[in-house]
Order: sequence, then structure tokens, then C-alpha cells
Amino acid sequence: MSLIEKLKNIDRRIIFLIIGLSVIIPLIVPLNLPISVSPPVQATYDYVESIPEGSTILMAFDYDPGTMPELYPMSIAFMRHCFRKNHKIIAVSIWPFGAPLARDAFNQVGEGEYGKVYGIDFVNLGFVPGDVVAIKALARSFREISPKDVDNKPIESFPIMQGIDNFDNIDFVFELSAGFPGIPEWVMIVYGRHKKPMASGCTAVSYPQYSPYYQSGQLKGLLGGLKAAAEYEVLIGMPEKAVSGMDAQSIAHAVIVFFVIVGNVFYFIDSRKRKKI
Amino acid sequence: MKREIPIIITFVTGILMIIDFFVPHPPFGGLSSLFEIFFTIIFSFATILGILALSKINIEKIYRKRETYGYNIVLLVGLVTMIFCGLVWGIGEKSPFDFLYMNFMMPMQSTMFSLLAFFVASASYRAFRARTPEATLLLIAAFFVMLGRVPLGYQMTKWVPEVFPSWLHFLQLPIIANWIMDFPNTAGQRAIMIGAALGIASTSLRLVLGIESAHIGKE
Amino acid sequence: MTGSVDITQFFGVWVSAILTLCIFSFLYKDNPLYKFAEHLFVGISAGYWFCFYFHNHIKPKLFGSLAKIPEDAYYIVYIIPLGLGIMMLLRLVPKLSWMSRWPISFIVGTFAGLNLINYLQSNVLDQIKPTISPVTGFNVDSISNLILAIGVLTGIIYFFFSAEHKGTIGIAAKIGIWFLMVAFGASFGYTVMARISLLIGRMQFLIFDWILYSKNLLSF
Repeated sequence: MSLIEKLKNIDRRIIFLIIGLSVIIPLIVPLNLPISVSPPVQATYDYVESIPEGSTILMAFDYDPGTMPELYPMSIAFMRHCFRKNHKIIAVSIWPFGAPLARDAFNQVGEGEYGKVYGIDFVNLGFVPGDVVAIKALARSFREISPKDVDNKPIESFPIMQGIDNFDNIDFVFELSAGFPGIPEWVMIVYGRHKKPMASGCTAVSYPQYSPYYQSGQLKGLLGGLKAAAEYEVLIGMPEKAVSGMDAQSIAHAVIVFFVIVGNVFYFIDSRKRKKI
Repeated sequence: MKREIPIIITFVTGILMIIDFFVPHPPFGGLSSLFEIFFTIIFSFATILGILALSKINIEKIYRKRETYGYNIVLLVGLVTMIFCGLVWGIGEKSPFDFLYMNFMMPMQSTMFSLLAFFVASASYRAFRARTPEATLLLIAAFFVMLGRVPLGYQMTKWVPEVFPSWLHFLQLPIIANWIMDFPNTAGQRAIMIGAALGIASTSLRLVLGIESAHIGKE
Repeated sequence: MTGSVDITQFFGVWVSAILTLCIFSFLYKDNPLYKFAEHLFVGISAGYWFCFYFHNHIKPKLFGSLAKIPEDAYYIVYIIPLGLGIMMLLRLVPKLSWMSRWPISFIVGTFAGLNLINYLQSNVLDQIKPTISPVTGFNVDSISNLILAIGVLTGIIYFFFSAEHKGTIGIAAKIGIWFLMVAFGASFGYTVMARISLLIGRMQFLIFDWILYSKNLLSF
């Protein structure tokens, strides 16, 4: 068997090993490649900067542990930005696994870093099932669909919820989406019915299909994947987990592009051989 | 009446939701809110149904001692343990339920998804071929996006503004990638979005009017 | 250097790491460790869903509302979701499974009614307006806007199968396919990015949160 034949039929475990190493090595030996900020991420940052200090922001944690590596750093970076501007955050989740992730983010950033107080500066309303029906119900009345917070305390007892009845009292919505229900459902209700400004963060796999919402102005900004989380960390001046993963992301992408090119080179060599025959 | 009543229920709930969009005032607004709460409760029961069905299938496999029924025992042990912890000690922070979630469920779920990275790499090497002009266009777009959206792409072409005149400054991978996302990709995705939305609207109308009754099943 | 060891955290990190490696073992080949972890994951996930729905919705919204009936007769309407919920569960009993059609119809009707208008609003009407953007001259923005408009129009024409793709429609559909291929290529690129990001997350856990954490702890 010629070398080309051997390479064409290489054991896929060798490919797995190469990809594994292309991720592990840059994590251990960082390259510190500079990160450029894309327009949709910059737009999100600029909008949060522009709204008055102390505004009320609704943050929807619609993701699960499977997509944490991409969306959790995004949520942390966004939360840090909001707390720095003394914005108040109301967290809600249309995904059942989102509520504990919101709690973790608040524990780390809200109480841990900025000394914010639960109930005054932020609150976690927990999980609300029902997909778009739940969002519509929230838009109409928080108290009706989610009368208690994630720890089963009445939301009436929290100062942050005084005067906050529905979406009309919210200044900005930021939704972190890992799939259905997610961005289209929130856009339908938040922008479609209530014309409230919103931005979103999503996994990289869904970013291309949601980019029309940003281009149309239905979203003020759109963050897609770990790269966007890294860009936001750079914008707020606090590079962390997302930025540290970018070197590995770059090398892995280069390796995959290389694989596609090499695979196609072998394909074209084969095609020419078959044509000659 | 086994088919007629469900069709009437679909019609009434569907029409109420449609009317609520245009007339959010009483009685439609109030009824719609009530139905929305009912929806969340019934939806919860639907999930419990799924879990009971899962349990039934696994119990049957264990009872009949099917091949590899040991794994079914593992599944049921996990299920029962989680439910027991959740019902007895609650689901709050630092509960046994929370420990199982953070240290068992979360890592396994994340790892399941991360396995896909390896298979994408393998598929890139073995399967992605530029057999037709359209496939070539697909791969070229993928190249620009994959390299342009990572710091390596920026590093590879950051020298362009220093070497080329201003009208060629777009020849930087991040700028090309952003343009592809903002225009040709948005055009394609928007076409798909509009087509799908029209399909959803027509199917929803058929469901509400009872023309489509696949959700009710056969007689 | 001394410090107290959080046993729960130590145990948790090691369990997470072992289960992670069990699942990664599938990359070598399918094996009992992977199957064990896979089945354990399914069981624990199902248990999680059950508890969450019960604690967050069935208990407060249904049972909590029914408990208020003696004070306010209005809450008697919550018998309806209780009845429909039980009918849903009867799907497991073959002779009574037809009863589950009622709650399924309720869910389908509610969803269909909501989606009909909302999808038309956000995914059709709100998408058409930004597609038709100004073309003011021979500049990058105008050419890009023109490309966008042509792309959307030809893409929609491609999906119109009621007319044969011949002649002008055929040419338009062909151009539409090119735009769709660019969209799919972009989707592929971002899919690769997403999968690699998830792998990076797991590797960061294994290297920093498991190996280095354990090394630091054991070096006390």
C-alpha cells in the first residue's frame, strides 16, 4: 500500500489524537494571540454602556451543562459589565438546567466580586416551563407565572421586584440560548410584541441562523460562541476562561482546515487516477 | 367522540391564542393567561410521562433479563437515587440532589457534547469533498469563517493594512468572515427562515382548523 | 502550607473526572465503562427532570392552587389541568391511552395558536423590511445590500417547488443555491467552532480543575 493509500485510510483514532493534542498543548503552553472584536459583540457592549446606570436587565439563562463552556463565560462577562454599571439583574430560565447555572454565576460575580446583595441588586426567578407560552406569560406578569424565586421565596419580598410587573418595566433583555426554546421565541415576544431592546448570546453552532435577527435590528447585538465570550472579556478588560481557550480554538481550527485540504488533495489525486484509467 | 373532542379542544385553544394577540383585553386576555398556566402544568405532566415510559421500558428489560440488562439496572438506580434525593432533601443549593447534578450530570453531559469535536475532525478528513462547484463554494465559505473568526486568522492577515492600499484593506480574514456572515450568510439563512416560517404558519393553521390531526393519532 | 480539604469538593472533582474519562474512552472503542457512564447519565438526567418539574410547577402551581379552594372557589378551575395531567399519564395504560389525546390537543392547540401569528410577525414581516435596504451608488454598502436582497429573493425562489425550476426561475433558483451553500458553509464553520469550544471546556476542567487541583492538594 502506497503512502498516500495509508494516509487516506489512516485509523480515525490517530485523527482523534491529533485533535486532542491540538487542544491540550495550547492550553498548557499559551500563544497569547491577540483577539479582535467583531461588530455584533461591540454593539452589545456599546448598548449596555449607553443605558442609564441602575437600569433593570432581564437575563434569561436558557442553556444547560452541555453548552456551559461557551455560554457560561459569556454570562459571567456580561454580568460583570452590568454590575460594574450598577445595573440590576433579574434572572429567569426557560430551560430547567438554566436556573442552577444562573445561581452559580450570581454566586461567583454578584456576591463574590461586586458585593451585590440578593434581592436588592439581583434576583433569580428560577425555571419557568412552557417555552414560548412561558415567555408570553412572563411578559404579561412576572407574579402570575413566577410568584416565587428559585428558593421558593415570594418575589414580592424583594426590593428589586418593586415596580417590576412585566416586560414594560424592563430596560433591556439579554438571553443566553442553547437551542429551542431560545432566541426566536424571545424575539417573537420581546421585540415582536413589546418592542423592547434585547441582545442574545448563543452557541456558535446556531449563530449563523440567528444572525438575520441582528442584521434586521431585532437584536441590538449577538454573541456567538466562545470567541464572542472572549471578545466580551477583552472589552470589559477582564480576560479569563474564554480568552485562555482562544489559542486552542485557533490551533484546532487550523488543524481541521488542514485535514479538509489534505482530504481533498487525496480525492483529486484519486479522481485523476480514475480518469486516466 | 374520541377524535371530535380533541379537535374541538385544539380549535378553541388555538383560536383563543390568536385572538389574544389582537385583543389582549378581558375576557380573552384573562382566559389566555389561565390557559398559559394550565399549559405549563400539563407540559410538566408530559415530561413525567416520558420518564415513566423510560422506567417501564427498562423494568421490562430487567424482568426479561435481556442481554446487557445490567446497564438497565444502572439507569434505574441513577433515576431512583436522583428522584429520592430530590423529593426527600429538596433541590436547593448544597443538597445531595445538587451534588449529583454538579458532579455527575453536568460533567457527563458536557463530555457527551465534546465528543462531537473528534467526529467533526474525522469527518473533515474523510468525508468533506469539493465534488461540485456548490460544494467547493460551501468549503471556501467554511474556510473563511473558521479562520477569520479565531485570533489566528487576525494574526495571519494583520499585516495587510501596512502593505496594501486602503481599498484592499478588506483582505483581512476577520473582515471577510464578518462580511460573509452579514450578507451572503444572512441572505441564505433569511430565505430558509422565511420559508420555514410560512410552513409553520400554514401547519399551525391546519392544526387549529382541524384539517391536520396527526397529533391525535389513529382511531 | 496548610489548608483544610473540602472532602465533598475533592470527591466531586474526582467523580466528575472519572466519569469524563469513561465517556472519552469511547474514542478508543465502545466499552463497558462508556456504557456504564452513558446509562448512568440517562438515569440521572431523567431523575433531574422529574424533580425539577415537580418542585417548580406541579407542587406550587397545581397543588398550591388546589389547596386554596377552601378560601377561594375560583381555584376550582385548577381541577382542569389536574384532570388533563392525569389523562396524559394514562397514555401508559393501553386501554385508556386514547384519553391522552385531550391534553395533547390542548398543548398542540396552544402552541399552534401562538406560533401562527408570532412566527409570521418575527420571521417573515420583520425580516422583509431590513432585506430591502437602500442602494445609493457604487459603494461597498450598496453592493452588499443588493447582494443581500438578491440572495434572499433567489433563496426563496429556490424553495418554491410549485413551479418547475426552468428558464428564469431556474436561473434564479441556481443563484439561490449558491447563497444557500455559503450559508451552509458558514454553519459548518461555526459548528466546528462550537464543538471545539466544548472540547476546550472539558480539557480545561481535566487539566486545571482536576490534575492541577489534586496536585496542589496532595502536595500539602
